[in-house]
Amino acid sequence: MAVTSLKEYIGVARDRVENYGGKQIVYLSWDHHLLFAAPLMLCLPPATPFGEVLRGPLAALLQADPDAAALDWNEVEWLKDNQPFVPDPSLSLAGNGIGHKDQLRFRTPGRNTLLAAA
Amino acid sequence: MDMKATKKKLGMKERYRILTRDLGWEPGYQSKKAIFPYVEYEGIKVHDWDKWEDPFRLTMDAYWKYQAEKERKFYAIIDAHAQNNGHLNLTDARYLSALKIFLQAISPGEYAAHKGFARIGREFPGVGTQVACQMQAIDEIRHAQTQIHAMSNYNRYYDGFHAFADARDRIWYTSVARSFFDDAMSAGPFEFMIAIGFSFEYVLTNLLFVPFMSGAAYNGDMATVTFGFSAQSDEARHMTLGLECIKFMLEQDPDNLPIVQGWIDKWFWRGFRVLGLVSTMMDYMLPKRVMSWREAWEIYGVENGGALFRDLARYGIRPPKGWDDAEQAIDHMSHQFMLGLYQWSFGTAFHSWIPSDDDMAWLSAKYPDTFDRYYRPRWAHIKKLKAAGTPFKNYGLARLCQCCQLPCVFTEPGDPTLTCHRETVYKGEKYQFCSDGCKDIFEHEPEKYIQAWLPMPALFSELGGDVAAWMDWVSLRDGADNGDYDGSRDQRHFDEWRGLATSNL
Repeated sequence: MAVTSLKEYIGVARDRVENYGGKQIVYLSWDHHLLFAAPLMLCLPPATPFGEVLRGPLAALLQADPDAAALDWNEVEWLKDNQPFVPDPSLSLAGNGIGHKDQLRFRTPGRNTLLAAA
Repeated sequence: MDMKATKKKLGMKERYRILTRDLGWEPGYQSKKAIFPYVEYEGIKVHDWDKWEDPFRLTMDAYWKYQAEKERKFYAIIDAHAQNNGHLNLTDARYLSALKIFLQAISPGEYAAHKGFARIGREFPGVGTQVACQMQAIDEIRHAQTQIHAMSNYNRYYDGFHAFADARDRIWYTSVARSFFDDAMSAGPFEFMIAIGFSFEYVLTNLLFVPFMSGAAYNGDMATVTFGFSAQSDEARHMTLGLECIKFMLEQDPDNLPIVQGWIDKWFWRGFRVLGLVSTMMDYMLPKRVMSWREAWEIYGVENGGALFRDLARYGIRPPKGWDDAEQAIDHMSHQFMLGLYQWSFGTAFHSWIPSDDDMAWLSAKYPDTFDRYYRPRWAHIKKLKAAGTPFKNYGLARLCQCCQLPCVFTEPGDPTLTCHRETVYKGEKYQFCSDGCKDIFEHEPEKYIQAWLPMPALFSELGGDVAAWMDWVSLRDGADNGDYDGSRDQRHFDEWRGLATSNL
């Protein structure tokens, strides 16, 4: 039973992609870089090229981290749905199969200034 | 004319029987099922409602008398506090952030509890239960009122108090408490009792109220201490009701055990998430601290909670499933939270700040295994950014948990350097969570939680991402209610007024 109820009960999902005016939510986080307290949420058109997300809104948000200046997007390892993932920066979010409310994680092994300082 | 009393006054026991149990009757022209339609669908089997014991045996007439007396005392002190500029006796106006969070997130919960108990007092068939729930419903609305009245004095002088109801409904850090109560109120009557009567009142209230009221006393806030005292005797009754209810369910039928255990697992975890706010108040927001969150957890969580679950073991109840994950999180949660509150402080109706060197020394003494290793480097970097004239603001809004609705600030059990990532797909839609505990709750009743109204995604779905429009909508006055305490109007006013009260300049 999907909910404890008196009779059959069907809920309405509040966060469906139709509610975002042609855009979608994407979550991004940088593993082991917890200066950013939680995964970042972006709301973008699905046609946005992935490389543009990295160079534009994501780069702006990551600036505060001391490792950000040395970030090389060609070297990072990606995860989607917590599984290894190889995005094509020239393709759009949709073209890369990145859906509404998907979580992307990236890793930069060996770079971890704020933790190493401890 | 004098009349001689012919009959002795009723004894306590007889009085209770007449004013409580005697009020029930067997319905004649409607079936019990039609009158109490919500009492069976959760699967709890009850064979004899008369087995419900009310250890307090309080009757309504006595109840009114006690409560009226408490109200008179409460308002006398509140008036004195207002007339004597009691707000200038605070240790420091940073303390007010804890109060603002309490008013925006917790006091509305008292009101929600009032509505819930009024409802289940109607839905339960047993008369003893009905009367006890009715009294608790009145207690809860009284608590909401006295808290609002006590804190309204501060609204005359300080920012962030003026729109607590909008904050409760619309802002992002209150939705953990709001969704807790919404979840309970949309459950059946027995689950509601476990959620509020047992988990919240019995297992968690001490962790919320004792440190909070002691914090108020330590920091010179007589108004808040007074509502604490006024509510205290009620809380004892509420805890007893919660415990009585759980024992009643377990004694009535062995089939109730797995259902009750599931609810204990769920509501312990949901309550634990609400306490995240409390941990931050204790470790960061009280200028004069009472004890650390870790120390409070040792006393009220480990010792008291441990004793409770040892007591319930004879019914087959085990400690809540999330207990070990909770224990691991204790040394991290207040730091993870405060770092989040600070970087998103453009969107909070209270102030946060970078802990001073003294504060950090205290935190590192209280959290020797975690603070210096994981959290001090982040604060040090944030301090450097501020000194460089580029204070850290994280405009990347946070991923919220579909269940507890908090920003996902929590880390993997076993790895405090990595955010906990959990997700699931239900009917083709993806959902994100902060922890295994929250994901399990969702997966048990997905049709309920897919309806969650999550404040941060809503900024995009309802307001197109316009932060200024969002601030208007949540009644947040940019530059006054939000941001760093350092340089705030609250700081300026408090220092100036206190200066007038204590010096001749």
